[in-house]
Amino acid sequence: MGPMTLPALVGALVPLEGGHYESPGVKDFRYFCADNPEVTSGHALAGCTFGVDWMNKPFWQAVIGAALVIVLWLIASRNLKKVPGKGQFFAEYVYSFIRNGVARDILGPEYRRYLPYLLGLFSFLLVNNWFGETFLFMLPTFSNIGYAWALAIMSWLIYIGAGIHRHGFGHYMKMQLVPAGVPVYLLPVIIPLEFLSNFITRPLTLGLRLFANMFAGHLVVLVFVAGGAFLLTYESNLFYNVSGAVSLLFSFAILFLELFIGALQAYIFTVLTAQYVHSSLAEAH
Amino acid sequence: MIQMVPMAIDLGPLLPTHISELIVGAVLMILIFLVMWKKVVPAFEKMYEERTAAIQGGMEKAEKAQEEAQAALADYKSQLAEARTEAARIREDAKNQGAQIIAEMREQANAEAERMHATTQAQLAAERVQAMGELRTELGGLATTLAGRIVGESLDDDERARRTVERFLADLESQTETEKA
Repeated sequence: MGPMTLPALVGALVPLEGGHYESPGVKDFRYFCADNPEVTSGHALAGCTFGVDWMNKPFWQAVIGAALVIVLWLIASRNLKKVPGKGQFFAEYVYSFIRNGVARDILGPEYRRYLPYLLGLFSFLLVNNWFGETFLFMLPTFSNIGYAWALAIMSWLIYIGAGIHRHGFGHYMKMQLVPAGVPVYLLPVIIPLEFLSNFITRPLTLGLRLFANMFAGHLVVLVFVAGGAFLLTYESNLFYNVSGAVSLLFSFAILFLELFIGALQAYIFTVLTAQYVHSSLAEAH
Repeated sequence: MIQMVPMAIDLGPLLPTHISELIVGAVLMILIFLVMWKKVVPAFEKMYEERTAAIQGGMEKAEKAQEEAQAALADYKSQLAEARTEAARIREDAKNQGAQIIAEMREQANAEAERMHATTQAQLAAERVQAMGELRTELGGLATTLAGRIVGESLDDDERARRTVERFLADLESQTETEKA
């Protein structure tokens, strides 16, 4: 057997030529109105309402997600009994998961002030992340980075605001930028580093982590579904067809993994926000 | 000549598709926050407070009930002990009283017996005195008669016989008097 070149090997296994396979990519997350040049040039999907580019699928998902969160919590907080029923038991489980497991654990006795934001944040994130595995939606809202940035900026404002409110602007900046016990000659290095880590990388990583997890997870599902469907329907190649079926089945496993990752990312975002608030409120650094 | 190329990094999906996403996300989050802040969290916290109060109240009630039960038990025990000592005392009293009654009865019986004995004695003595008197009177007559029979007519001499009887009787009297004394 003669040596095989890599492209030849890939060509033998993956139907690159002959078919019209289009691999999923960034364009599958971008929605514009059909007549927008982005769509006509193939860089985005068509889909908008009222002829407004930004009133697209992710927008409506975010709106519906927010409405769901508000309505569900309003229903849950109605008629709360000292002895809970089944519905209240579940609502209390979620509520105390954030209240006791996140807010009180991290923030201590002052958790009450930040609980509304943390609870709303977690619920909003969870619902929108799970939209990626929900029929009709099948897209995690936060795979559009704009929404992730919005929440990251909100959390950023809140933890900085908490610090300034507690310590005053000057004292807060000093606490955040000048760690105790650092020799004076190191300060020119330390201060920019601390500034970067406390005020720049924190919101950046918050937003990016959420976005990247949702984006990548959804992309993997798309690849398995699109690729699987393509292989399954490929003419006169049983091996491709079987691989396609396996790939489609595997996409379900990935969807379940995505459910878990969606919940995990919602939790991490909430915990980190609480952690940043705590580090702003703490007396010593 | 090198042409300056403007720095253009393709950020790809790292740039928001629409900048309005930022505003939409923030506005929605603020709305959610307001609802949580004004409605949801206060409702849950109020319920938790009520539950804590109820549980605390229940625990206090149970504690009180237990205390009451303990007090009642102590009370009952002390009452029982009191009753026991009371019963013991009564029993002791009864025993004492019984003994006393028996002693009294015995004493009474003794006194009665003694009295009866004394009465009998006195009666006997009286009867004896009476018998002695009667005996003496009859004995004088009898002795005289008998002596007259034995001695015969010689005693018909009244003068002598009378003197002899007188002397005898005086002797007898003095004899009984010394006996009495």
